[in-house]
Amino acid sequence: MATMTSEKNKNPIIRFLNMNTSGQTSGRSLPLWRQILLQVICLAILASVMFPIMYIVTLSFSSKTTRPSQLELIPKEISFVAYQQVLDKPTGNPVTFNQLLKNSFVLSMGVGVVALMVAVSAAYAFSRFKFKLREILMVLVFIPLLMPAVGLSTPLYLLLNQVQVKQCADKSIVIQPIATCEDGKGKLQFNLRDSLWGVGIAMTATALPFAVWNLKGYLDTIPKELEEAAAIDGANVNQTFWQIVIPLAMPQLAVTFFLGFIGHWQEFVLTWLFLSQPEDYTLAMTLYNMTGQYANSVPWNRFAAMAVIVALPVAVVYIALQRQIVGGLTTGSVKG
Amino acid sequence: MAVAKSTQKARKKRQSNLPYLYLLPAFLIMGVITFYPLIYQVIISFTNFESKHLLLGLKSPELEFIGFKNYIDIFTAALPVENFNFFRVLEFNFWWALSNVFLHVPAGVLIATLLNTEGLWLKRIYRAAYILPVVVPPLVVATVWTNIFDERYGAMNQLLAMIGGFFGNPDPVYIRWFEDVKPPIPGFLPGAPLTLAYYAMMIANFWLGWPFMSVVATGALQSIPKDLYEAASIDGATGNQQFWNITVPLLRPAMIPAAVYGFTLSFNLFNFVFFMTGGGPARSTELLVTFAYNLVRNLRWYGVAAAFAVIIFIVALIVFLITNRITRATQNYQEAG
Repeated sequence: MATMTSEKNKNPIIRFLNMNTSGQTSGRSLPLWRQILLQVICLAILASVMFPIMYIVTLSFSSKTTRPSQLELIPKEISFVAYQQVLDKPTGNPVTFNQLLKNSFVLSMGVGVVALMVAVSAAYAFSRFKFKLREILMVLVFIPLLMPAVGLSTPLYLLLNQVQVKQCADKSIVIQPIATCEDGKGKLQFNLRDSLWGVGIAMTATALPFAVWNLKGYLDTIPKELEEAAAIDGANVNQTFWQIVIPLAMPQLAVTFFLGFIGHWQEFVLTWLFLSQPEDYTLAMTLYNMTGQYANSVPWNRFAAMAVIVALPVAVVYIALQRQIVGGLTTGSVKG
Repeated sequence: MAVAKSTQKARKKRQSNLPYLYLLPAFLIMGVITFYPLIYQVIISFTNFESKHLLLGLKSPELEFIGFKNYIDIFTAALPVENFNFFRVLEFNFWWALSNVFLHVPAGVLIATLLNTEGLWLKRIYRAAYILPVVVPPLVVATVWTNIFDERYGAMNQLLAMIGGFFGNPDPVYIRWFEDVKPPIPGFLPGAPLTLAYYAMMIANFWLGWPFMSVVATGALQSIPKDLYEAASIDGATGNQQFWNITVPLLRPAMIPAAVYGFTLSFNLFNFVFFMTGGGPARSTELLVTFAYNLVRNLRWYGVAAAFAVIIFIVALIVFLITNRITRATQNYQEAG
């Protein structure tokens, strides 16, 4: 009772800090004045969170390409013109929306699957076996993680750029750097650097160490008893791996995959650096391409519609797997 | 008996090779696409590699090994690039990451605590909505916030004008958030003046950053045993005392790794900075990663870019060793507690 009276004398900020934070008020319900105060704070935060989102959603439903001179947060009109235009002709180049979607999807999916498949066995080895070079090899896998993607981009650019398929003057096809045309020139048919394959390779280079690390952190938390029981029953290491460890690690495999997928879906650094052909563009690149140099030339409603389209898959995945993603990230980093 | 022993031995030998077999695919792939490029990068960093050497690579006849010149050029600001000073960029980069984390973590914890209040209406809706900033692609976030800070149409200037009008100043506000090079608070960060663009980015990144911290804090809050609070209130502890003596210490093991994660994320926050300011004005908001990107994509000085990447790697290594120490310390703390 004494605390109650002393609380009343303090200013509202102190009172806010003084509130019971345990989520347990031993059955007592929240006093109305406090409920209202907290609701006001919550709504203010909600408004600040929703403000930029509503701004872009409202723009996307506008039929005008210009930027509104006044702030509009609730759509005055619901027009799907912008969405239709973006789906019909997303860029100035003759590239269909489906092509862009396919590029984005194939790239994110391919890199995610390859990285995961290769990473899981490595993670298992690090988590379960004791062997001579374990420490050294673990450090080796860890080293690339310290390098931001931009840092690894220079050598990858240079090396992938040397792999080119050329047609020589005598109509023969050569693959550099294995062979070159006699005159040293030739018509460029394919440049690995300037292709989805090349970007995929570069993205895998950064995705793979992360996947190994994230999966190892999780495998460490799986109790060994099940595997030991399987060994007693006569299962060899490979059988244990496929029939016990993989099924148990499924949730974390999914989380690692989706974390990667979200990142690859929004990947911009490597794609924008490597790719130059409009038919190879991804959705994220197209979005950046639309912003252009000058704010006045940006087709704002189409940009907004594209932004919503790019954001939607990521948003859905993230919200659906929110708990697992946060859990997966923190187990990974604690162990890392 | 002897036979059994020898087969056991053979089996053991096979066993000892097994881990390497499991590692083989990963190391084969990483050898080609990660380790070889990393070594190549170090070699390139000692050369004057430029666009004209692209075709032949290391075999091109004009390629020269120039020793540590690239590194010295970077450290002594001898690169023919305007407004570039490595140590200023480095200092700003550290300050940027630190100042972000110091804002995001307390805000995340406070808001998570707020949403953990028992009996609060609409809790689920708030929790779902507050995660939205995390799921919007950085390019979209950056573009929206660039618009908000627009000189003529931006919401921020309109808001400031409204507040000004409230205090009897009817003039419209035209603050040039991304162009003004004069630091509003001179001498705030000695050596790396913070322009208005920094503050604009801080506001925008705050919007982006606290929800993640809040999600982590919510998870940790819900795992705190409730009898601790009951026991404390029986002993006569006020809500305030409970917050500082129970909630904060028990949140620490979860929040420190999250803060470390947030730090590395902000430290290399390429997308956001690149889209919002491009490192400007006058490179005052340039991060190490945005400058590295500039070197490869626009300037095409591959040798210098490689040297710069090697430097970034060393900086990242130092950061990692420090942050690893911090997380280790909390792990011990967790075990002790």
